[in-house]
Amino acid sequence: MRVLVTGASGLLGAVTAKAIAGRGHEIVVFQRRPSGLPFDEVRGDLLDDEALVRALVGVDGVVHLAAKVSITGSRSEFESVNVEGTRQLLRLAKAAGVRNFVYVSSPSVAHDGMPIIGSGALPANPQTARGWYSVTKAQAEIRALAADEPDFAVVAIRPHLVWGPGDEQLIGRIIARARAGRLFLIDHGVALIDTTYVENAASALAAAIEQVAEPEVHGRAFVVTNGEPRTVAEILTQITRAAGLPAPTRSVPFGAAYRAGQLAELAWGSRGAEPPLTRFLVEQLATAHWFDQRPTRAALAWTPQVRLATGFELLTNWYQQR
Amino acid sequence: MNQGESASLPPAGLLDLDPSWSRLVVALDHLGRSCTWHLLDSFANRPDATARLTLLCVHGNPTWSYLWRHLVRMAPADVRVIAVDNLEMGFSERTGTHRRLASRVGDLSGLTEQLGITGPVVTVAHDWGGPISLGWALDHLPQLVGVVLLNTAVHQPAGARAPALIRLARTGPLLAVNTVRTTAFLRGTTALSGSKMTKETARAFRAPYQTPGRRVAIGEFVADIPLEPDHPSADALNSIANGLAKLGPVPMLLLWGPGDPVFSDLYLGDLMMRAPHADVHRYEGARHLVSEDDDRVVPDLLRWVSELSTVALNDSQPLAAAPADPVLGTRLWDGLHDAATQGPTNTAIVEMSGAGRRVTWRQLADKVDELAGGLHARGIYPGDRVALLIPPGADLIAVVYACWRIGAGVVIADSGLGVSGMRRAIRGAAPDHVIGISRGLALARTLRIPGLRLSVKELAAIARPGAPMPPEPASSATAVIVFTSGATGPAKGVVYQQAQVAGTRDVLQRHYAMTSSDAIVAAFAPWAVFGPTLGVASVIPDMDVTKPRTLQAVALAEATAAVGGTLLWASPAALTNVIQTASELSTAQRQSFKSLRLVLAAGAPVPLQLLEEVQELVPAAEIRTPYGMTEVLPVSESALPQIRAAAGGNGVLVGHPVSGVKIAISALDEQGRPAGPLSTDVEVTGEICVQAAHMRDRYDRLWATTAMAARDTGWHRTGDIGHLDASGRLWVEGRLAHLIVTASGPVTPVGVEQQVQQLPFVRLAAAVGIGPIGNQQVIVIVTTCDQIAMGLLDVDRTQLVRAQVRGIEIAAVLVRDELPVDIRHNSKIDRTALSKWADEILAGHR
Repeated sequence: MRVLVTGASGLLGAVTAKAIAGRGHEIVVFQRRPSGLPFDEVRGDLLDDEALVRALVGVDGVVHLAAKVSITGSRSEFESVNVEGTRQLLRLAKAAGVRNFVYVSSPSVAHDGMPIIGSGALPANPQTARGWYSVTKAQAEIRALAADEPDFAVVAIRPHLVWGPGDEQLIGRIIARARAGRLFLIDHGVALIDTTYVENAASALAAAIEQVAEPEVHGRAFVVTNGEPRTVAEILTQITRAAGLPAPTRSVPFGAAYRAGQLAELAWGSRGAEPPLTRFLVEQLATAHWFDQRPTRAALAWTPQVRLATGFELLTNWYQQR
Repeated sequence: MNQGESASLPPAGLLDLDPSWSRLVVALDHLGRSCTWHLLDSFANRPDATARLTLLCVHGNPTWSYLWRHLVRMAPADVRVIAVDNLEMGFSERTGTHRRLASRVGDLSGLTEQLGITGPVVTVAHDWGGPISLGWALDHLPQLVGVVLLNTAVHQPAGARAPALIRLARTGPLLAVNTVRTTAFLRGTTALSGSKMTKETARAFRAPYQTPGRRVAIGEFVADIPLEPDHPSADALNSIANGLAKLGPVPMLLLWGPGDPVFSDLYLGDLMMRAPHADVHRYEGARHLVSEDDDRVVPDLLRWVSELSTVALNDSQPLAAAPADPVLGTRLWDGLHDAATQGPTNTAIVEMSGAGRRVTWRQLADKVDELAGGLHARGIYPGDRVALLIPPGADLIAVVYACWRIGAGVVIADSGLGVSGMRRAIRGAAPDHVIGISRGLALARTLRIPGLRLSVKELAAIARPGAPMPPEPASSATAVIVFTSGATGPAKGVVYQQAQVAGTRDVLQRHYAMTSSDAIVAAFAPWAVFGPTLGVASVIPDMDVTKPRTLQAVALAEATAAVGGTLLWASPAALTNVIQTASELSTAQRQSFKSLRLVLAAGAPVPLQLLEEVQELVPAAEIRTPYGMTEVLPVSESALPQIRAAAGGNGVLVGHPVSGVKIAISALDEQGRPAGPLSTDVEVTGEICVQAAHMRDRYDRLWATTAMAARDTGWHRTGDIGHLDASGRLWVEGRLAHLIVTASGPVTPVGVEQQVQQLPFVRLAAAVGIGPIGNQQVIVIVTTCDQIAMGLLDVDRTQLVRAQVRGIEIAAVLVRDELPVDIRHNSKIDRTALSKWADEILAGHR
């Protein structure tokens, strides 16, 4: 099958494109910047019909990763990329005769700030999702699943906290803060959270594009994780150690961190810069969210191949070689 | 207020009520007039289906058929549920007729005739629906296959006041105000439910009674309760109450909310007296609307119904009287009489507390006979229950044997349950009499015990030398009701018949090869009672029996010396303290332990380290750990050398079954349910099931609990999890209630804990699950030797814990200063509480 991967300039997009290619599929990637990947490439914007049409020529399946993921930004910025962009892609893909569509979503589309303790993929809810990123991803997921029909199978895959060597989203930020001596725990980092090593997220997406037309798969949403929940404290310790930095020891209470996040959003937001802390981030770092992986593994006929411990070793090696 | 109002369907949108169940049916009432009933019919949508049997459900006052909605929904396809709204009630017709009890029975018969219900019927009723349904039942014996009653009454029990609320509601002018003009009575009833009822449910209960006109019958119902002998309905109620005897062979189930301020436990006792064969289940914590307060009521009711035969029992066939089987070998008092004949001046019992007391066999035998005669003369009869609130010692033992000789059952709630647990346990067992020390009598003061209330100090005056002995009881007479420790829910009463106590005695005698030259050092209270029936002397050490860990080494040595003790029974908590205080022993006191040939550590898992220390203190004795539970003891046993060799296995080795005991395992399925057939396959983990002659008879007034535990006929499901090894030895891996069910299957806690406890920095470990069953994460909680702060264990030590437990994924390790344990044994870890604690911590901010 010929598969279009959007957003391949990011870490997950690139690893996913390689994983799908590794299963014997033909790849075309689509993003604004050059990807540097050894695949057919169309560069452009999601709102650029003409570029999308070109990218979709002869394509059987789409894995849609492209999105605005930053912490800051206005509602309209998020909406235009995440909601409108997805709508455009769905419409044009269907018109181009694409039969399989994987929408890459996020567990935050169903996270209302309360702890998630072992549950499956709950319905996306833009009303309760936290922050514009989550709200717009929820809107887009609902739209994508609504487009599921007999000749156009759609599945939403929600990888949770993806990390790996070279990741700037999560690992990069944590290490930067640790280097600056500004990494601390909230409420001692006791919340239990799931994370996903990047290769596992990529193999799950590769499995999804192959399985999407199966009756128990299309039209549904699945959370993807390593299935090895750990405390925030343990994860931050492992990541900082991999980079040869001391583990965080300082802890601040939730309330103080939340207020600090609020202030930071105001202060940095007015300058249009990314604040060092947001309320959303504080909640994410202080609240349990781990999931039921049984439905995902059964439906996608997939299991994560890289265990957490191995992932941290690979991360350590990567930092040592730099 | 006599204007009529026709029957109607309930409004749409009442919670849990499917509108398609509702039917309006016209039938002739007791006067031959056409009246319209509203009823729920589980077959309303499939009139052609055939029913194996029909449940005819009658609500009380002031509820309506809504009370039975869960029963309608959950009934199997071949069971038809018909739940009526009594005329003038619910959504049935308001005809303006004041219907008394007898009329209502006639009305109901008219309806069932109209519905053509001719097959087997089980009547189901609550509150004042009870007498109506029983009246119908007595008129339809040929088709009656079962009777189910929930919190109801057919008679004011002797000595009971009318329910205070009813009395109040009936007081003259208050009646109309309470019941008709205002919704006070109506609201009061839904409030009689526990805290569980939601506003929406309460609203549904009130739906048919929105106007005073629709509430007239509520007042009439209350007025129809015959509190006075000359009441117009008194005769009808009396004949129904007396008619219960005719129901003799018909299976009956009583489901009871003991917190009911209207129909208290006294009314349950009255019904049980009239129908001694009834199955009974008391739902601790539930109140008047028992089926609203406890979710188990409807499933339990349906399970009971599913076991019913649909062949109606002929009412002319009298209930087969229990054969008065000769007690022969089971006579519990023979041992002490034989001992009194063979060695009258030998010691039977020594109490080490206070001034100390030594009782000879002759004295004990005479005392038991005199008390049996005296207590019988004072009104303790065969079949009665006597609560004993007496600490272990000669007095307790004499009263126990006297009661057994009479054929009365003794209720022994040990102080290990805590004060409120003891009160709840005793209330649940509904003793007829109480005998206790003054502290015990104070505790029982508010329990409304109808019969004797005797102080231990009065016993001397009651004992009657030469009094005629009551006839010997049957071996099936209830001997004792003891209680589970309540580690997983409220303590359950466990009933033993005399034959089963005798069975326990015989197992002990055989297994430990006991002879009259033995002497028991009873530091574990229950065993003190077995000395006399074994014909073996016993000594009760000076200790606070409520706190086993108060046993001092010196007190134990003195007790052993006092009788030349050969067998020591003690709990691990007591032994722990003995070891801790062993340095206070003089050389002579240490020498006194030389007479011991056997040390039995029982009641809870015993750490190997402790056993080794005990062996050092008592080098000549063999150290063993019997395994068992309140329901059957002993089950199996292991000795120190085997336990030593078993280190590193998955669980606690409890050894080979003792002779006469069969052990089988019911394997766990993926969801952690013990669903497998009973099997002796090796290395299969599942629920431990036991079969033995010395097993409990049943749980007391807990029909459904007994049915669950005894669902494999002749076996007892222990609630423990374990496996058998290749040499037939049993290993215990934990409690079923503490099982951790992960996405890759069930994990038992004990093996994990034992491995973690090998780490040098760990003192004690507990393994618990958090999250939904089937997707739980394993969390380990430790107490440490190096004063590590409460909270998360550091990452390095966490990795050591993970490395120690191979093959099992551990999400996190938490540190606590101590682990919660049960009161009775002071050693059973409360993993349920720990799981909740860990879950709250690891959920982070809420």
